[in-house]
Amino acid sequence: MTKEKEDNNRDDPMQIDSNRVPTGSLLTDYLRIYYGKFFPYTDMFKWLAYGNDGKHPGCDSSYFGRREFSFTINSDIDEVYLRFQSFFNASEMETSIKAKCPTKIDIGAVYTVDPAKRHAYAQSGFNPIERELVFDIDISDYDDVRYCCSGADTCLNCWPLMTIAIKVIDTALREDFGFSHILWVYSGRRGVHCWVCDSRARRLSKEQRSAIADYFHVYKGGENSLKKVTFSGPLHPFLARAYTDVLKNEFEKWVSTQKLFEHEERFHKILQLIPDESVVSELAEKWQGNSVRWEHLKHMLQSGSKKTQGLRRCIEEIVFSYTYPRLDIQVTKGMNHLLKAPFCVHPGTGRICIPIDPKKCEEFDPTSVPTVAQLIEELNANASIGADNYVEKTSLAASVHLFRTCFLEPLIKTCKDELENAYNTKIQQTKDSLNW
Amino acid sequence: MEIVRSQRRNGSDGSGSAASLPLYKSAPSLEFRLEEFGQYAIDRLRVLQAISDGLSRGKKPEEMENLVSEQWRANMKHQDADKTLRKDIISHFVLRLVYCREEEMRRWFLSMETALFRYRFRLQNAEAQKSIMNELQLQYNVLGNAEYETIKDKLTEAARSVNFTSNPETVFYKVPFEDVPELVASRRVFILKGFAFVPRNQVVSLVCTIFRSNISKALALTNRKWRAMIQDQEKDRIAPMVEALGNVYLGPDYSKPKDCAEISLKDINQLASTSFPLCMRHLFGKLREDHHLKHQGRMQLGLFLKGVGLKLEDALAFWRAEFSQKVGAERFDKEYAYSIRHNYGKEGKRTDYTPYSCQKIIMSTPSTGDHHGCPYRHFSEENLRAALNKMGVGGRAMDDIMDKVRNRHYQLACTLTFEATHGTSCETGINHPNQYFVESRKFFESKNKQSQPTA
Repeated sequence: MTKEKEDNNRDDPMQIDSNRVPTGSLLTDYLRIYYGKFFPYTDMFKWLAYGNDGKHPGCDSSYFGRREFSFTINSDIDEVYLRFQSFFNASEMETSIKAKCPTKIDIGAVYTVDPAKRHAYAQSGFNPIERELVFDIDISDYDDVRYCCSGADTCLNCWPLMTIAIKVIDTALREDFGFSHILWVYSGRRGVHCWVCDSRARRLSKEQRSAIADYFHVYKGGENSLKKVTFSGPLHPFLARAYTDVLKNEFEKWVSTQKLFEHEERFHKILQLIPDESVVSELAEKWQGNSVRWEHLKHMLQSGSKKTQGLRRCIEEIVFSYTYPRLDIQVTKGMNHLLKAPFCVHPGTGRICIPIDPKKCEEFDPTSVPTVAQLIEELNANASIGADNYVEKTSLAASVHLFRTCFLEPLIKTCKDELENAYNTKIQQTKDSLNW
Repeated sequence: MEIVRSQRRNGSDGSGSAASLPLYKSAPSLEFRLEEFGQYAIDRLRVLQAISDGLSRGKKPEEMENLVSEQWRANMKHQDADKTLRKDIISHFVLRLVYCREEEMRRWFLSMETALFRYRFRLQNAEAQKSIMNELQLQYNVLGNAEYETIKDKLTEAARSVNFTSNPETVFYKVPFEDVPELVASRRVFILKGFAFVPRNQVVSLVCTIFRSNISKALALTNRKWRAMIQDQEKDRIAPMVEALGNVYLGPDYSKPKDCAEISLKDINQLASTSFPLCMRHLFGKLREDHHLKHQGRMQLGLFLKGVGLKLEDALAFWRAEFSQKVGAERFDKEYAYSIRHNYGKEGKRTDYTPYSCQKIIMSTPSTGDHHGCPYRHFSEENLRAALNKMGVGGRAMDDIMDKVRNRHYQLACTLTFEATHGTSCETGINHPNQYFVESRKFFESKNKQSQPTA
C-alpha cells in the first residue's frame, strides 16, 4: 500500500493503480490533483455567467454571485453537506473548490440576492429567480425490465435504455419546445442528467416546469399498479414520433438482448399487460418453447379479430412500458432542486461526469469513461516525457472540447446577443420616455 | 374601498363584454354599505366552498358546470343583472382582502376563483366568450392560413388523440406554450418550436391561465398594500371583519392536534391497524417491512403522524428505529433526521407543514419504488382487494367499494371502508386522512365508554 504523502511533491508522481476505485483519504488525494489540474473552472464559470462576465454595460456583474452551489465534503470521520455556497467569480470558485476538495459539487438556482447573505433579507426577499430546466434519468428505475443488471450496475446490454431516453427527450426539447442550448451529462455511474440552458428555460415558473415534466410523464404508477402505460386512443404527435423514430425498433432489439420471450417469468410480465383473458390464454397455450412468440403476439393483437376495447393500443403500450424514458419527475418540477455539476468525479466509480453528444449518443460507452485514477496516470506519463500542455494530452481533453464546441460557444454567442438587445431596448425606452 | 365617481355602465374595468363575467382587473370605484361588505363576501364564499367540495369529490367538468350554475343562482344572482354584477365585483374584491394575507389562503382563493371563472366562462355563449378573449387581446394570436397548411396533419393527429375532430373551419390560436401549461401537461395540444396550437374548444384553458396569473399578481399586491397601509387605517372598521371572514370556511387543517389526542410510540402499531386509513396503513406497513420509504412516502406518512399527535422526539425515535435497520443510525441522523425536524417547523424556513388532504394525495403521482398516493386510485384492482381483505373487508362491502373506485369516487370508497371496518356510518364523508383517524378514535372511545359499567 503506497503512502499518499507524495502528492505534496509534484515532481515525484504518485503510484497509481488505475483499476482501483479510490475511497477515503486516497480519494481525497486524487481529488486534490484533479481539482488542481483538471477541473475546467473557466469553462464552468463562462457557462454559468451566461454572458454577464463581459465588459458590456448590459452585463450584470452580480449574476454569477447569486448562484447557489453546494459541496459534499468527506473527511475520515464523517460527511458534511454545505449549502448556499456562492462565489463572485471564477477565481473565487477555484480557490474554494481547491481548498475544500468536495467529493461532490451541486449546482442550484440563481437567487434574488447572494445566497451567502440571505439572512440579511426578509424571508420574502430571498427567492430563486432563474434555474435551468433539468432532467435526471436513472437506469435503476428500469430494474423491472432489465435482466442483465440491477441497482447501480450497468453494462452495454442495458445502457441503450439511456440512449433511448436521450434521443426521445432531446428531440422533443428541440422540436416541440424550441430549446437549443441543451447539455447532456453522464452522471458517473448509472444515469444521465440534462441541463436546458436557454434563457426561456431558465425563467420558467414552477408551474411551467411541472407542465413540461407531465408532458414527458407517460410511465405512471407506483409499486402497486400493474399497468403503467395506458393509451385510450390515437397517439399524440409527440408519442407517435417517439414510437416510430425510436421506441419501436429499440424494443425489437431489447427483445433479443434481454431474451424477453425465452423465459417464462419474462414473457409472463408482458402477457400481464394484455387486458383480454382470452387472448392471453390462447397465446400461453400455443407457446411451448418457441422464439417467434413476439411475432405471434403482434399478429394476434393487430389482426383486429378480437374486439376488446383495451386492445387497440396494446402493442404500443407494451413497447412504451419497456422502453419509454422514466424520469424522476420531482427533479424537473422544482426550481431549487440541486443537481450534480458536470466534470465532478463520481465517488462510487471514480468516473468523471463528462458531457454526452446527443447526436452521437449511440456511440457513448459508460464502461470506457475516464476515471480520475486513469487521468492522473496519464498526467504522470505526459509529465515524465516532458510534454507541455500535458493536461490537454489526457483523455479528458476530448470531453472539454465537446463541452466547448457543442454547447458553450453557441450558448455564449446567444447570451451576448440577448444581453445587447435587452440593453439597447432599455436605452431606447429611456430615450422615449425622456421625449417631451 | 375608495369612494369616488360612479361606475360607468359599459365600462372596460372588468364589467364590459357581455356584462356578466368580469375580469376583476382593478378595484371598482363603487360605494356600498358596511353590511354589504360582510354579507356579499359570505355569499360568494359559499359558492367557492361548494366548488372546493365538488373538486375534492372528483366531479367531472359537466357536473362542475351544473354545480357552479346552481350555486351562483342560489347565492349571488339578483333579478337585476346590474345588481348581480355589482355584488359579483364587490364580493370578489372583499374576499381578495380577506385571502391575500397568508400563502395557504392565497393559494386556495386563487384556485377556487380560477375554477369559478373557468366554469362560468364555459357557460357563456360564443359571442360572450369571444368578447372576453378580445379583452385579453387574444385576437392577435389566430393562426394564419399559410402556417396552418404546413402543420395541419399534426393538428389533426393531436385533435384525434383527445377525441376531437377538427375541420378546416376550426380556429386555432398560436400562443407560447408557457401560456397553456395544463394543455401541455396533458398532451392535449400540438406544440412546435415552443408554440402551442390551441383549438377554439380548448381556449378555456388559455383564458384561465391568463386569468389566474392576473389574480395571482393582484393578490401579492393586495397583500403588500394591506400590510403597509390598509390594515392599520381600517383597524376599527374593516380589519375585524376581514379577520372574522378569514376564519369562516377554512375547515380544520389538522396541523395542531388537540391536546388529548397525543399518541405514544407503544400505541402506534395498534392504532395503525384500527384507525389508520388505507393509504397510511400501507405506508406504515411498507416502512415496517422495508425499513425504508422514499421521500414522498415519508412526507405523506410523516405529516399524517404529526397531525395525529406524534411529538417530534417520538417521531425521530420511530423513524430512526426503522431506517437504522436499513441504512444505519448514523446515516439516519445525517440524512433523514433533518427533514423530519423540517416537517415540524424546526429547521430552515420554520414553516409548520400541514398534513396532506385527500385531494392532494389523490392528485399525487407515485412512480417506481413509491408507495404514497391514494390506494383507491393508484392500486390495481387485485392489489386493492388484497389490501382491503387484510383490513377485514369482504362480501357486499367490497363490491360497493370497488364500484365506487371504478367510477373514480375514491373518497367515497374510503368512506365505505371506514363504515365497513367500524360497523357504523360516517355522515360527513372522508376528505382528510387525519379526519379518518379522528372519527375512528371518536368511535372507539365512545364504544369503550359504553362498555364500561355505570355506577
